[in-house]
This record gives sequence, C-alpha cells and structure tokens, in this order.
Amino acid sequence: MSKIYVITSGKGGVGKTTTTANLGVGLAMRGKKVVLIDTDTGLRNLDLMLGLENRILYDLIDVTEGRVPYKKALVRHKKFDNLYLLPTSQVKDKTAVNPEQLVKLCEELRKEFEYILIDCPAGIEQGFKTAIAAADTALVVTMPEISAVRDADKIIGELGRADMKEIELIINRIRPQMVENGEMMDMEDINDILSIDVIGQVPDDIKVVTAANRGEPCVMSHDSEAGQAYRNIVGRLLGEKIPFMEFEKEGFWSRLKHVFGK
Amino acid sequence: MLDALMQIFGKKEKSGKIAKERLQVVLIRDRANLSPEVMDNIKNDIIEVLSKYVKINRQDMEISLSDDQDSDSAAIVVNVPVSRERK
Repeated sequence: MSKIYVITSGKGGVGKTTTTANLGVGLAMRGKKVVLIDTDTGLRNLDLMLGLENRILYDLIDVTEGRVPYKKALVRHKKFDNLYLLPTSQVKDKTAVNPEQLVKLCEELRKEFEYILIDCPAGIEQGFKTAIAAADTALVVTMPEISAVRDADKIIGELGRADMKEIELIINRIRPQMVENGEMMDMEDINDILSIDVIGQVPDDIKVVTAANRGEPCVMSHDSEAGQAYRNIVGRLLGEKIPFMEFEKEGFWSRLKHVFGK
Repeated sequence: MLDALMQIFGKKEKSGKIAKERLQVVLIRDRANLSPEVMDNIKNDIIEVLSKYVKINRQDMEISLSDDQDSDSAAIVVNVPVSRERK
C-alpha cells in the first residue's frame, strides 16, 4: 500500500519545498517509485528545486479539470527514472483545485506509485485544506524561530481538527553553534512546546542553497550535513531506526581547522 | 557592551530560553482560542454569581489564562478579592 505525505508548515520560508524535493529524491535514491505533487498554485517552485523547470508541458490544473490524463502531465526526473513531478500552474490560483479533485487524483496515483509527496502552500486557507485532504501523514516543517513554532502549533491544531491520522515534525535550519550558546531553541525545547514526535532535524547548511542553485537537492551530496539529515529522515520514513545526528559546531578546533584550510 | 558584561555575570537570560517561555505562554492563549471579549464575559458572569453570596471588589478582580504545571491543560485563573466588610 502506498503512502501519501503532505509537507506543510503554516509559515512560509521555513523550507517546505526544499524538504519535499529532498525527501522525494532521497526516497527515489532508495529505489522507491515516487511522485511529488506541487500544490502551491501560482507560486510554484518545486520544479526549480528539482531542475525540471524546462520540461513542463501540462500541470495539475490541466489534470484536475480533465484536459489531459495525469500521465501526460508527469515530468520524469533527469537522474532518477523512478521519480516524477506533477507541477502546478504558475498562472492560476489556489482555488483552482478542490480537496475532492486531489483525493480522486491521489487514489489513481496510488495504483502506480509507492510514495506520494504533496508540497503544501503556506497559510491555512483553501490551498492548505486541499493539500492535506488526500494525505495519510502530515510532515510539519518548522524552524527554531518563535514565529515559525507558533505557526506550526496552529497548523498542528488544524490538522487535528481535519482528523489527520499521523503528524510528524521536521525541525529545519538549526544552527548548532547558536543552540550551544543557548541563543536558539533546540529539538527538545520545540518538542516540549509542540508535543509532536520529531522525525528529523536538519542543520542550516549553505549547501542547501548551492544545491538549489543547481537544481540538485543536497540529499544527493555526500559531503552535506543537511543532506545526511535528509537521508536519515528518508530512512525513518522507511521504518528504520536511526539515531539523531550530532551536528558539527563551529568550536575552537573547527575554527582553527578552517584557518589552516583543514 | 553592557549586554556582554551582564551576560558574563549571568544576569541576562539566554534568548533561547526566553523564546521557549514566551511561546509556552502565547500558545496557551492561541490554543484556548478565547478572545478578550469572551474573557470579559466570563469575568462579568463570575462577578454576578459571586455577588449573590459575598461582597467583592470588582476593580481588583483579575482573570487570566495560565499553564497548569501538573497537567497538560491550561487553566483559567480568577482572583477575586472579597471585601472584609459585612454585607
């Protein structure tokens, strides 16, 4: 039976799309058949993250409105032939798809794919309600900032009211040195506040930006700490028991190493 | 400069801890979803009920939402000063 995840956050800019791209590629690297659905209609970016922006012919709205079968709108990844993107429209708005349409589409996709990942728009309006309608599990992305945690709490409340069966938390963009200095909340603090199981914590890593620049998510890069964190989350999604990683801190020795060029 | 000195002497709380404490308080209010208007109505109703039995100081009455340390829930805490005068 395939699994449907929605990646959501409430607040914008915490890394929903980056997370969707990395988990999707990560699952494909493990040989799973995966489809990623961008539901951030009007503000699509998942295509850019995956380096597929020039290959889009049809989009989600063409499919839900019955103009083309979904197979025609799927874009295959360049490197992984078991990974597909269903892009959304850049010109329509979030009311263009309703929850029933997405549920119906996902039921069809379930027959062909093992993992369906839905990238949710920011906010708690119609676009959010549509994105979560088809999912079995919600992955709530937040970061150790006061406004992001508050919005995550709001989203968790909304997901509860929508009878979401499983909710897991991903804490993104952690700065280990700030945590060490007591100037940033850590995983335990956020877990205390939100009382939701944490499935992963991802450090703030410049490679996330450089990877996005190239359209190759950092989960593919073996010298990226964030990439390792995403690979760990993928393992946990596959049911593996993987301990949380210790992040590298900019301590005295590593600073010294930088000075002497490692 | 003063900030740095305060930190050395342990006078200033770390911002990570402040963030956590502020969130814990604000989320009690967010989750309860009680507007100031509703809180005010609760206050007036309590005054009405209690006034039947005791003389109370309306001005000094306080109502707030707070974290119940012993359980997972929030608590509405009402502080009602009762007048010492005989009714």
